[in-house]
Amino acid sequence: MKVSCPFCGNVCDDINFDGEVEREKLCPLGESKLTREKKRIPYPMVEGERVSYDEAIERAVEILLNAKRPLLYGWASTVNEAIRLGVILAEKVGGVYDTTSSVCHGPSILATIEEGLPGGTLGQAKNRADVVVFWGCNPAEAHPRHPTRYSVMVKGFLVEGRRLRKTVVVDIRKTATALLSSKFYMIKPNSDFAILTALRSIINGNDSAVPNEVGGLSKSQLREFAELLLSAKYGVIFFGMGATHTRGQDRNVEALIKLVQTLNRHTRYILQPMRGHFNVTGADAVACWEAGYGYAIDFSRGYPRFNPTEFSAVQLLRRRDCDAMLVVGSDPVAHFPFDVVRHMAKIPVIQIDPHYNLTTKVANVVIPSAISGIEAEGTVYRMDGVPVRLKKFRESEFWSDYEILKAMLERVVERKGGDVVW
Amino acid sequence: MVSLEVRNGFVIDPMNGVFEVKDVFVKDGRIVESLDKPEMVVDAKGKVVVAGGIDVHAHVAGGKINMGRKMRPEEMRYPRFKSDNLRSGVGRVLLTSPAIGYEYARMGYTTVVEPAMPALYSIHTHEELDSIPIVDKMALPLFGNWHFVFKFVKNDEIEKLSNFIAWVLAKTKGFGVKVVNPCGVEAWMFHGNVYSLNDTDPLFGVSPKEVITGLISAIERLKLPHSLHIHCNLLGIPGNYEVTLETIKLTRRFENSERQVMHVTHVQFNSYAGESWKDMSSGAEFVAKEVNRNNVTVDMGQVILGHATTMTADSPFQYELFKIFKTKWSNLDVELETGSGIVPVYYSPKVRVHSLMWAIGLEIGLLVDVDKVVISTDYPNGGPFYSYPYIATLLMSEKFREEEMKRIANVERYSILPSLSEERTLEDVVKMTRVNPARILGLNDRGHLGENAKADLVIYDLPPEPNPRDYESILKALSNPSLVLKDGKIVVKEGRVVKHTWGETIWVKRDYDEELIGDELEDFFNYYTVQRDNYGVPHVRREVVLC
Amino acid sequence: MEFTLVTARTMEQGMFVEDKLSEDYFKATACCEMNPEDMNALGLKDGDRVRVTTQYGSVVLYVKRSVLDVPRGVVMIPLGIYANRILPSESGTGTPIYKNVRCRVEKTDEEVLSIEEIVREVVG
Repeated sequence: MKVSCPFCGNVCDDINFDGEVEREKLCPLGESKLTREKKRIPYPMVEGERVSYDEAIERAVEILLNAKRPLLYGWASTVNEAIRLGVILAEKVGGVYDTTSSVCHGPSILATIEEGLPGGTLGQAKNRADVVVFWGCNPAEAHPRHPTRYSVMVKGFLVEGRRLRKTVVVDIRKTATALLSSKFYMIKPNSDFAILTALRSIINGNDSAVPNEVGGLSKSQLREFAELLLSAKYGVIFFGMGATHTRGQDRNVEALIKLVQTLNRHTRYILQPMRGHFNVTGADAVACWEAGYGYAIDFSRGYPRFNPTEFSAVQLLRRRDCDAMLVVGSDPVAHFPFDVVRHMAKIPVIQIDPHYNLTTKVANVVIPSAISGIEAEGTVYRMDGVPVRLKKFRESEFWSDYEILKAMLERVVERKGGDVVW
Repeated sequence: MVSLEVRNGFVIDPMNGVFEVKDVFVKDGRIVESLDKPEMVVDAKGKVVVAGGIDVHAHVAGGKINMGRKMRPEEMRYPRFKSDNLRSGVGRVLLTSPAIGYEYARMGYTTVVEPAMPALYSIHTHEELDSIPIVDKMALPLFGNWHFVFKFVKNDEIEKLSNFIAWVLAKTKGFGVKVVNPCGVEAWMFHGNVYSLNDTDPLFGVSPKEVITGLISAIERLKLPHSLHIHCNLLGIPGNYEVTLETIKLTRRFENSERQVMHVTHVQFNSYAGESWKDMSSGAEFVAKEVNRNNVTVDMGQVILGHATTMTADSPFQYELFKIFKTKWSNLDVELETGSGIVPVYYSPKVRVHSLMWAIGLEIGLLVDVDKVVISTDYPNGGPFYSYPYIATLLMSEKFREEEMKRIANVERYSILPSLSEERTLEDVVKMTRVNPARILGLNDRGHLGENAKADLVIYDLPPEPNPRDYESILKALSNPSLVLKDGKIVVKEGRVVKHTWGETIWVKRDYDEELIGDELEDFFNYYTVQRDNYGVPHVRREVVLC
Repeated sequence: MEFTLVTARTMEQGMFVEDKLSEDYFKATACCEMNPEDMNALGLKDGDRVRVTTQYGSVVLYVKRSVLDVPRGVVMIPLGIYANRILPSESGTGTPIYKNVRCRVEKTDEEVLSIEEIVREVVG
């Protein structure tokens, strides 16, 4: 049978499994995910003491119900079925739901709110794209099979492989992806917005407004780049943290979107954020249909409100505006700026995760879970939103995220009253 | 509670020829002939009793509406339901999934069709449908720009096409066959569109005419409960009524005594005469005549003046709209299958074209034979579905139309609406919201209150023949049913949702021979980015399979 | 010397991200990559230790010669707790700025904190 790899936003679904995972199709990340033995959380714990699932869940529910504004964070590394219960749980305890988007592609979502997103599926890159641009992203290390499955070497029905595809990398350093490309533009840090604006000016025929050098690229390089973009019959621009984590943030992504809008006046182009975790896209999508927004959602008034600068996890912790935290499938202690982690250590933290990580060290309640896509099944959304089923191919005594959250939700509704609404 | 009697109500049940005071009995979620001891009696004296409403076309679930939510938080900042004992729900026109179910129930609707499911995204569409409470649901996969379809049509392989359709319905848990701008969306992948039924797509060289007739042949061969469901070419463009007429005429080759052979959806958007936005006028009269002459049905696609979000699989059209409005634009090209686009709009009463669209929709509602037309807004394209009571009231009351026309741009020279004195009766409205949709979809367990029908039942505080001049009372009563039963359970009382239930997902199963299309599947799956094994929907919350 | 600090996902960081207490993860994240010419200017060789300081904090890391081409004036730290020890949480979008932060790099003999130690330092 074929199984899907629950690591990055590629969600490769062609991994052969015949009693064990065949390594042939695995990238180093997939191999580590699917075959490496890792330190697991051995059993549920409260304040470091071994307890039963029942006791751990009971304590977790108490913490959530006693908090004024609990933060329910993570969600990118679990399945939609669990995420959905997470959103409803956040609603029922009057807490805040936030996903790891708020520390990665949050600015891309803000830009989408400004401009929309002219996109397409990864198969469009595979089948039609004769120009592929990687802007501030490095799939060779972050999404290793992206080039061979979707974007560079892959054979599509109109574009049959690498020879017929121009590949462009724009980055501040010569990444491994740059080595795969037919053209590499090394730009200065923090110059994305200026360069994107210059490219739009040239494409719009306002060449004269562009100075002789922008962000490390000469005017002739910019003209050449614009020509290359326009030479496409069908182009795709992939972008990553190089745009969202640098000065300008959402404005950089907005400039990318506007570039793609402009290019569509001449030829066809689509834009695709390189989403990191295997289901960060689902974590946003599920929240959108259940609560209207993708991340940074506050339920303290009994209905959802959205404000990323107020309700994103980092900002909430920074202001000490949450008094308990549930972390599902994520490791904020490792991935948040240090000053906000300090507040995490001062409030009760509940963790649901298969693996021991740095958040485990500050968690008061630790609930081990089955690994989604290995020990538990479910639906996830690939970076382009295409749903992929994750399969269960190994038995486990650990509860799935879904089972743990369902038990928590049942208890919350039991205490507070109301219909079963999930 | 498993049994209930609705006593002394005036029952309007046109499918069974009932228009009289009559008791209705409910047991185990179905209508029954009689009951000895009902566990509960509801007094409906002085009120009308009708079946639950059915929406044949509303984009309530899937990638498009969800992208709409994501890109339009300004749409979501309207609290409708607080969490309390049920779910919270928010939204202005775009609503969250819980709010969609609750708002349908609140106006007495109990069934809805999601009419545009890209097969590649069918799991997503069903996940969202599974999150909409109370109502029953169906989804129509998109076929009009699919490479498989192009290939089978090009080679005139109708048997293979039928097999393929059956395979798709089984894989995606789909209900019927939807077509959007056939060939035009594929052309958009090359920065183009198609402009007539005989233009061809750039890849396979097939025409909309061939795709439409090929699909109808296959659908009729499979005896699907629902006919071809088509969003015509050139939607939203002045002068497009001609292509609509041509499309309708394609049905003349086909016969079906049980139902229509084509459902032309949101036909308002395809009923424009004139050559440009400047001289655009109504072509509704011509379209209505053609519909009335042929075995074709329509839904209105009424525009509600105010905010809306256009979202269709018609990606080249959406890009044109973006160029006009210069607002946000989302696009999603779906490998091998289809595309889609999203553009926010504000239909302004001050803008002549928008006011005209409003008038054209009503012309359709008044001029098409009463058993061939269904109320819709093409939610959320024309506006909110929760405005159906408003549309029904406009159709019932000339005076209301006159009042409304006072606040919009003058459309007199471009539309015959101001001269139309037709008024639909309440019974007509029941046909346009219950009877017709059920027949069009081929569902005989709903749309009426006969024995063994689903106990989806609504009580309105209205006389059976309300006075059209008192349109305010009509609108108020239709917007706030006294009682709504879904599967025999009380879900709404006096306009308030009182119970959270889950409806069913209905899909259609037909036998197919995968071998027959094995070569094509193998070939095309080289170009998909998902494995053939992984394609399709494994399960839904509660399903009903029509075999 | 003044540098621009960027953080980035690396293959090793990704491979061991679910095994954070392992030596592999420590090696993959308690380090920074620099341009060989900058390393020469600071008298650094592969495996030496540097103290990287921003206005928000300071951390000791192993230094690696950039295999590809981190340009002069840039120091790259893989995503993780070591990088986050010196990054700000403020931002106008809700999403912290994890790239292009000014920093100072100097050679040091101080030890690199273990995972346990850095967690303790961060948590306080």
